[in-house]
Amino acid sequence: MIEAFFAQMPALVIVLPLLAAPICVLLHRGGPSWFVYLLTTWACFGLAFLLFVQVKIGGPISYAMGGWAPPFGIELRLDALNTVVLLLVSGIAAISSVYAKASVAAEIASERAYLFYAALLLCFCGLAGITVTGDAFNLFVFLEISSLSSYALIAMGSKRRALLSAFQYLIMGTIGGTFLLIGIGFLYMMTGSLNMADIAARLPAVADTRTVEAGLAFIVVGTSLKFALFPVHVWLPNAYTYAPSSVSAFIAATATKVAVYALMRFLFTVFGAAYAFDQLPLGEVLLVLSVAAMLSGSMAAIFQTDVKRLLAWSSIAQIGYIVMGFALASTAGVTASVVHMVNHGLIKGALFMAVGAMFWRLRTISLNDIAGLGRQMPITSAAFVVAGLSLIGVPATGGFISKWVLLEAVMAPGHYWLAAAILVSSLMALIYIGRVVEALYFRERPEGHPAVGEAPVLMLAATWTLVLANIAVGLYSTPLVGAAERAARAVLGDGV
Amino acid sequence: MREHTVLRVVTKVLIAPIILFALYVQFHGDYSPGGGFQAGVVFAAAIILYALIFGLAEARRAVSPNLLRITGALGALIFAGTGVYSLLRGGNFLDYDYLAHDAVHGQHYGLLLVEFGVGLTVVSVITSIFYVFAGRGRRNDDEQPPGDAR
Repeated sequence: MIEAFFAQMPALVIVLPLLAAPICVLLHRGGPSWFVYLLTTWACFGLAFLLFVQVKIGGPISYAMGGWAPPFGIELRLDALNTVVLLLVSGIAAISSVYAKASVAAEIASERAYLFYAALLLCFCGLAGITVTGDAFNLFVFLEISSLSSYALIAMGSKRRALLSAFQYLIMGTIGGTFLLIGIGFLYMMTGSLNMADIAARLPAVADTRTVEAGLAFIVVGTSLKFALFPVHVWLPNAYTYAPSSVSAFIAATATKVAVYALMRFLFTVFGAAYAFDQLPLGEVLLVLSVAAMLSGSMAAIFQTDVKRLLAWSSIAQIGYIVMGFALASTAGVTASVVHMVNHGLIKGALFMAVGAMFWRLRTISLNDIAGLGRQMPITSAAFVVAGLSLIGVPATGGFISKWVLLEAVMAPGHYWLAAAILVSSLMALIYIGRVVEALYFRERPEGHPAVGEAPVLMLAATWTLVLANIAVGLYSTPLVGAAERAARAVLGDGV
Repeated sequence: MREHTVLRVVTKVLIAPIILFALYVQFHGDYSPGGGFQAGVVFAAAIILYALIFGLAEARRAVSPNLLRITGALGALIFAGTGVYSLLRGGNFLDYDYLAHDAVHGQHYGLLLVEFGVGLTVVSVITSIFYVFAGRGRRNDDEQPPGDAR
């Protein structure tokens, strides 16, 4: 019985949220739906942890959907890379489910709350599905599930601008999804297969054709749109700014990471590092774009007055760090990418949750309105400061580990200009986080604003869980860096 | 559109065959072209035709939005539930071989059930989308349907 359960875990991670979403719709009430959401995400977190351990001990797992053997049916495939991503996604989902209740009660009309939770579950289902699947077309389907539900989630924001930003995201996201589909179609045309491992085995024979090159280009551009890499990032600031707080926290911490994972999976597992990075100059292109993302994102963040928008621009810069890592196509580089994926998820989750707690009290989140809040909401403000320090990369926080590993990775092949870019971008992070901290602690409350108290205890608990996770990673980084290194070796096939 | 006798009569005659055809496409989807999605759209077209001719309020009385919410969720549950049932019987998710005493019957039942779930959800969602669009910004549902220029 136990063994049968273990064998079914890869499917259960996506089946549970898929079942829970219609149950929420049937329940028709916000409160019970929240409970279903809470239970599901925690159960999935538990499953993800078990899968992580199972893969660590026993190696990759393959699961044949519907009993159809892999190259023909849909295969779920778990290895050292995607179990880490799955653990991150389900962990953030579980923690943000604790956070969501009070935040949703304040921001979403109560008669719509059940739909909100259903959409959140579908979004989680999609993200988990992208992570676990070993089938290229299936990945596209899950990407669409998560994207469609996130458009709906963002549109539920309390301001009317939320509708416009959701529409903007819908247009950009659909273009991205279509590009990805065209790319996958090209690969299917040339190899006659949709299973990733099978495509990888058949690709070398046809690798030197325009079709495969075009397929690679479409896939790179399509996924880049989804994780908002530099020139195709314009949808992100609005989407994150106007989304409900719990959605900003969940999506900012997970959705872009999963899209980055999808690109890594295509580049390393399907095309192979040798093809994408040695035969084609993809590495150079991505390195330049990642530097541009880091510098332009950080620069834009400095000039924002809305704290959520500031964090959104900072996300664009942080995506640069993640892309820079795997664009090096070395074990150290991919390790740095995975480490920063996890750390950035923890950091941005914590920051958006802290900001959401302030929004819960103030109903606004501009720098002028949060001035002097450090004394009235000390616990929330402290959470923001610690997570902010982690974003900058202060020692003893997760962000420091990320930057350290990334610096090592770029210094090894002697890319000193990349190291310089990392340092400059970190200094810029110091400036924009510093502006918020300055407003929180060194300014008086503006005239005419009533005194406010702390946020609800569940919101604080969730925020601080992520903040403490940051510190834990900073103080004891071996498990994370070890897991990331195993992931890098797994996707690069060891040698490099 | 109350005064268009021809349209009303023709609609009344047509709706039953449309629904019958939808059911045909639904339940023969496993052996011939068709299946849950196509059947669902055809079925929804019957409801939408009814709404266009007899008014949104009438259609809502016949097929209430609340019912659609429930059937839409149920359809998805039937799909996923079939998968979970095969899982409980010892197979993989959606492995129809485990649904019945032998694999052939299992595959047959599995397809029928899953397609039924798909069909139910598609009818509900398509009709709901139509209700939402058609009902936008109007208080009195008995007015002219959208798109009617006169």
